[in-house]
Amino acid sequence: MTTIGTPKELSAGENRVAMTPQSAKELQKLGFDCVIQSGAGDAARFSDSEYENAGVKVVKTAAALWKGADVIAKVRPTTTAESKKMRDGQTIISFVYPAENKKLMETAKTAGSTLIAMDMVPRISRAQKMDALSSTANIAGYRAVIEASNSFGRFFTGQVTAAGKVPPAKVLVIGAGVAGLAAIGAAQSMGAIVRAFDVRPEVAEQIESMGAEFLFLDFNESGSGDGGYAAPSSPEFREKQLELFRQQAPEIDIVITTALIPGRDAPKLWLKDMVEAMKPGSVIVDLAAERGGNCDLTKKDEKIETPNGVTIIGYTDLASRMATQASTLYATNVRHMMTDLTPEKDGVIVQNMEDDVIRGSTVAHAREITFPPPPPKIQAIAKAPPKAPEPTKEEIAAKEAAEIQKSGIREILMLACGGLVMLIIGAYAPASFMQHMIVFALACFVGFQVIWNVSHALHTPLMSITNAISGIIVLGALLQIGSSSWIVVILAAISVFIATINIVGGFMVTRRMLAMFQKS
Amino acid sequence: MENGFITAVYVTAAVLFILALGGMSNQESAKRSIWYGIVGMGLAVLATLFSAQVSNYWLVVLMIGGGAAIGAVVARKVEMTGMPQLVAALHSFVGLAAVFIGLNSAYSPPEGLVGAERVIHEWEIIIGVFIGAITFTGSIIAYGKLAGSLDGKPLMLPFRHGLNAAGIVLCLILGFMFAAHYGMWTIILITLIAFAIGAHLVMGIGGADMPVVVSMLNSYSGWAAAATGFLLGNDLLIVTGALVGSSGAILSYIMCRAMNRNFISVILGGFGGTSGPAMDIEGEMVETSAEGVAAALQDAESVVIVPGYGMAVAQAQGSISELIRRLRDAGKNVRFAIHPVAGRLPGHMNVLLAEAKVPYDIVLEMDEINDDFPETDVVMVVGSNDIVNPAAQEDPNSPIAGMPVLEVWKAKQVFISKRGAGTGYSGIENPLFFKENSRMFYGDAKASVDMLLQKLG
Repeated sequence: MTTIGTPKELSAGENRVAMTPQSAKELQKLGFDCVIQSGAGDAARFSDSEYENAGVKVVKTAAALWKGADVIAKVRPTTTAESKKMRDGQTIISFVYPAENKKLMETAKTAGSTLIAMDMVPRISRAQKMDALSSTANIAGYRAVIEASNSFGRFFTGQVTAAGKVPPAKVLVIGAGVAGLAAIGAAQSMGAIVRAFDVRPEVAEQIESMGAEFLFLDFNESGSGDGGYAAPSSPEFREKQLELFRQQAPEIDIVITTALIPGRDAPKLWLKDMVEAMKPGSVIVDLAAERGGNCDLTKKDEKIETPNGVTIIGYTDLASRMATQASTLYATNVRHMMTDLTPEKDGVIVQNMEDDVIRGSTVAHAREITFPPPPPKIQAIAKAPPKAPEPTKEEIAAKEAAEIQKSGIREILMLACGGLVMLIIGAYAPASFMQHMIVFALACFVGFQVIWNVSHALHTPLMSITNAISGIIVLGALLQIGSSSWIVVILAAISVFIATINIVGGFMVTRRMLAMFQKS
Repeated sequence: MENGFITAVYVTAAVLFILALGGMSNQESAKRSIWYGIVGMGLAVLATLFSAQVSNYWLVVLMIGGGAAIGAVVARKVEMTGMPQLVAALHSFVGLAAVFIGLNSAYSPPEGLVGAERVIHEWEIIIGVFIGAITFTGSIIAYGKLAGSLDGKPLMLPFRHGLNAAGIVLCLILGFMFAAHYGMWTIILITLIAFAIGAHLVMGIGGADMPVVVSMLNSYSGWAAAATGFLLGNDLLIVTGALVGSSGAILSYIMCRAMNRNFISVILGGFGGTSGPAMDIEGEMVETSAEGVAAALQDAESVVIVPGYGMAVAQAQGSISELIRRLRDAGKNVRFAIHPVAGRLPGHMNVLLAEAKVPYDIVLEMDEINDDFPETDVVMVVGSNDIVNPAAQEDPNSPIAGMPVLEVWKAKQVFISKRGAGTGYSGIENPLFFKENSRMFYGDAKASVDMLLQKLG
């Protein structure tokens, strides 16, 4: 039986754990045995006994765990000491950051173990359930707002109290990825006025759907890159963008920056002069601190206060600060990854390198480094179709006028044709026929006028009542039933019979239906 | 009785019929106005019975008595889900009566007609018989399809348009022969050919186009009555026929517009061709359980239910009515969204919901509710498919592109109760099912809703 094990995280300040009692139960359903190092879940408030109750074996030392487990599920990349314990055929699932951790991949290659990077899961719809970056970002965005409010000396929401009026806090979120959107949602629900900016104009709708105001930049360049991430922008664009931020700086109480470009240092978007322009007591939370920060003054992993009283928070462990929540989500992501790796649910791992998700996240396998992966076969987000230029007001008006004219001409043509046909018939037909024709034409018009007003809900009763009154054809049959020919009498009699079914049946069923329509 | 008096009664009846149809503009006035129709019909039949041409009273009484009894029994027995079939069956009667009356008139023509009058009379017979015959067989086939005794799939004979055209041309030729007094056999042959055309026409039209077909046959039955009116020189028949004919024509037009389809293309059958490859659908269908739906319903403040033909098939309207009663008792805003072509008959869903005692003021039309979807927490799609297909708006290459649809995907959450993962009538994939906020709730509509009721407790 395949064993999946989770050791205690070694990095300082890392409170998360890659397996929860809940996820362990699900993993067992996939045919795995679960082991955990004693105390691994303590920091995230999952006790050993909880694991034991969930059927997880608790082992004392990390060494025993590494030795016994065929799959290791972790949060942080394996440390050098841990890497030494890797062995042939073992699978290690964790965040890897392969672009920066060449050495780790080399070690895995030499050891012959498979390295699966949770941070390399491609961004396609199918893989959302194992997108650990998104779940981490979600928590970071929320926590950023909480940290900001913690350091902010005022309410978020505007209030009018007996002790005076409180203005609402103004929050600016830069970068509307998962973290940005989560921050918008959290700040919004605390009652702040939220503005947001992103270089990708297509996220405007998402921002507005969260209730924030999208700061629109009038510039003809889209900042969308591949895979739903942002791409670097041109210098002119950057200037425009900074100008916009400079305008906002004196007004804004809280800035949350989340701007990242894949594989590069974080772009500097909140410059020193903007910090200086802000009111004392304002807070900046820089979620890009790991990559050097979006703000000039950010210090990684630290909370500092500038001379003009602006707090700048550069924590990089926001997810770990909410370890219970973060572990639950991460463990679920890992469990989904395992589900994809064991298609038969029999505890046998199938490393299907044809699968976009598995191929993308595997960075070392079968004594080979498999990073970077080829681009996924499925596009993450469909390219937006080119929009047709919006017609101007004049164009619309002109179009409408043309429509009216066209329908007018059509009406006149139809009337002329109809009149002509009538004239031709009139030239030959006797007067009595023409009189019937008048009746017919008028009745058609009356019918059209009357029926247009019928409510849609009553179309079925309308059909059954027209059915009933079209039984009026019985009159024709009645007039023929007195004929001297027996054939005529028989046919007329049948007609009377079926037309009466129509009349009585139609009226009665209509009545029945109408009686059912009740107002509440 | 005097002719003047009969004419006066006819005028009264015609006015009453117009009032009866006009009253259908809302539910309350409709309940009253149906009596106008009944009184009008009673007056017209009574007055005609007293006219000099009618004799054989014992036969008349027998036939009217028998017909009325059968009509009454049928009207009382019919299930509301069976309404489409009943309507189709009743159409066929009018068609058949029109054929018989036309044949009678051909067999013993009124005396004293000469020249143009005679020719016109003969063409009146031909037209009346032709339309009547098409209505008759068309309605019978429609009845079979709606009742499920015939396959709902369109029958595609090779050269079917050619066959129809040939039939019409043949009828024209025979018509000229009849007008030139070749004898009774010509008109009987016309009847038979028209029978075949009617059957073949409706055979070629698929199940979901039935609302159009039924309204079209409704219209035909009216024109058949009007033609008979010309034939007999009876103005009341002409007026009534024209009323019914135009009513059916408008209904067909409304149905076609609701499907964004041309009337001609519906009549010719099948779905129009696509103009390019369909857009790829991304994402996956995510299944959910009764617990999930129940939890979402409990959390929701506003709920919209979109019923379709699947609800009628599963007879789920009673359970749904109970469901919304509970949700409304819990203070939630529950409404129904009805697409014009939901079901197999115009307004079919409204009647089914009314039968299940759903108050009609929470049953809304597409135009009334489409703007409210973004503010809706939960949408439940019960047994409908094409009418909630976003491809109609998003994919210009879709066969249903441009068709007005209910924009359910704009709601926060959409649950789709469906029998299986298949496509709808049109055979088009529905990208709605793959959207992120959509969850599939597989199973028979009634069983699913009953399960929900249990979970809601």
